[in-house]
Amino acid sequence: MARAVTNQRKAINTAAAWIIGLLIFFPILWTILTSFKSEAQAIADPPIFLFFDWTTENYSTVMERSNYARFLWNSIFIAGGSTILGLIIAVPAAWSMAFVPSRRTKDILLWMLSTKMLPAVGVLYPIYLLFIQFGLLDNVYGLTFVLMLINLPIIVWMLYTYFREIPGEILEAARMDGAGLREEIFFVLTPMALPGIASTLLLNFILAWNEAFWTLNLTAAKAAPLTAFIASYSSPEGLFYAKLSAASTMAIAPILILGWFSQKQLVRGLTFGAVK
Amino acid sequence: MGQITLENVTKSFGETQVIPPLDLDIQDGEFTVFVGPSGCGKSTLLRLIAGLEDITSGTIRIDGTDATDIPPAKRGLAMVFQSYALYPHMSVRKNIAFPMRMAGIDAAEQERRIEQAAAALNLTDYLDRRPGQLSGGQRQRVAIGRAIVREPAAFLFDEPLSNLDAALRVGMRLEISELHKRLATTMIYVTHDQVEAMTMADKIVVLRAGHIEQVGSPLELYRNPRNTFVAGFIGSPKMNLIEGEEAARNDAHTLGIRPEHIDVSATEGAWHGKVGVAEHLGSDTFFHVHETGLAETITVRAPGEVNFRHGDTIYMTPRSEQLHRFGADGLRIG
Repeated sequence: MARAVTNQRKAINTAAAWIIGLLIFFPILWTILTSFKSEAQAIADPPIFLFFDWTTENYSTVMERSNYARFLWNSIFIAGGSTILGLIIAVPAAWSMAFVPSRRTKDILLWMLSTKMLPAVGVLYPIYLLFIQFGLLDNVYGLTFVLMLINLPIIVWMLYTYFREIPGEILEAARMDGAGLREEIFFVLTPMALPGIASTLLLNFILAWNEAFWTLNLTAAKAAPLTAFIASYSSPEGLFYAKLSAASTMAIAPILILGWFSQKQLVRGLTFGAVK
Repeated sequence: MGQITLENVTKSFGETQVIPPLDLDIQDGEFTVFVGPSGCGKSTLLRLIAGLEDITSGTIRIDGTDATDIPPAKRGLAMVFQSYALYPHMSVRKNIAFPMRMAGIDAAEQERRIEQAAAALNLTDYLDRRPGQLSGGQRQRVAIGRAIVREPAAFLFDEPLSNLDAALRVGMRLEISELHKRLATTMIYVTHDQVEAMTMADKIVVLRAGHIEQVGSPLELYRNPRNTFVAGFIGSPKMNLIEGEEAARNDAHTLGIRPEHIDVSATEGAWHGKVGVAEHLGSDTFFHVHETGLAETITVRAPGEVNFRHGDTIYMTPRSEQLHRFGADGLRIG
């Protein structure tokens, strides 16, 4: 029997959910608000919430000073490229682990995940030196490759989970119906796993977009994505909060919009397999 | 054509041998049922024939050709799974068309066969639905339709009715039997349900722990079970197996008598005991009799109008010509 929920309880729950939601959203809201203030109002004490002189001056300054389009393009290239590359490697890997598991499959999965437990800075030196050696510093291809490697364990894990949800008998039925391996993956497995593949793609794109450690350490001017664009407004120029906020808003806007429109897909992806 | 021969076939998973060396001959057009308790290897045997599992040693021939190393897609067999295993993202029409699409059959012929199969299976109105919008019985019919259109050398059924409710099961059982009569194609059918085996099969293969215990027609198995296992497995309710003095008097280690071969009386008989549970089916009544001194329980089948109550004394006389005698090794004597 379903548990009875009184109206009063419902109201309390709704209010609590709104409060938590707003608390989580507040820093982003504050950033957006600050981006429309003057530098003086941005650091005013006590802080001004809504009643200030709204200005778009920061945005024009930022656009003037830096080449936003190039940062944006680098972000799209690196996030998109690393996601697609990762998917190409992860689909067959996850397929074989889900449907033709060996005795070591579980260990391999755990080992892959364990690489995510290592602090990234722990391997900064070796990777940095390798990048120098291969002339990949400040190069979008090098960065794409590194981000693909960083996120590969997550992609494989997610796809593995989705594939595991697909009953093996359906793939066997396809085999009995005359499908070879290629037809089996193309006509049966992929369409059935499409929601999972889509949300994996999306999540990985967002992770790659927001990745800052490697993008900051391995790029300078040419290959720098939007994370570097934000960072460029923090240190060298002193702390100009309003401009920094404007840059941040411009950097997160594309991914925020993408996330907004695909939230259904994302939620479904993240809870996939929780219930049958 | 669909003659299937297994020669010395074995299957091991790691160190465990689940199918010890096994020979079996299935004739073209025959309806063969593999039956046995769960874990007896019947599904594994079917999957070996299908090619979904590799055999460890031995040879599988389909129509005289060595099929041992031929992948499942190329064996010309069709399989119906317990879970139906339909493609959830395709309509019924596309599900049925899938094997033909894989075989590269032209569209007009595909359409003709789909219409024909749908008409035969009462699916015409559902062709544009997805499997998720169908009932269990309809889904199983789609799975059968998908198998039919391939015009396979043989059909393999892996417990196809286990997921259906009892009433539907009886209906589908008839439909599959009729399908076999109409197509006259070899069918291999796996079930743990001996009633399905008895009612559908031309030939029953009784399996236990990967061994074939007996092969024969339903009535052969019913009348002449080769050993106590088959005797106990075939027939419902189960054959009564009696050991001890009564068996020794009949020069046997174990004496078998089916519930329907015992006459009951309220006054006199060879054996007597107290009625425990009485199961009234209307046409028949099954009495479970205790305190007989023969076995823990003796089951008796009597006409529906015979009435004994719990605790009543019941007299029973086995029909001597229907007694089965088994030796200490469990094998039939005489």
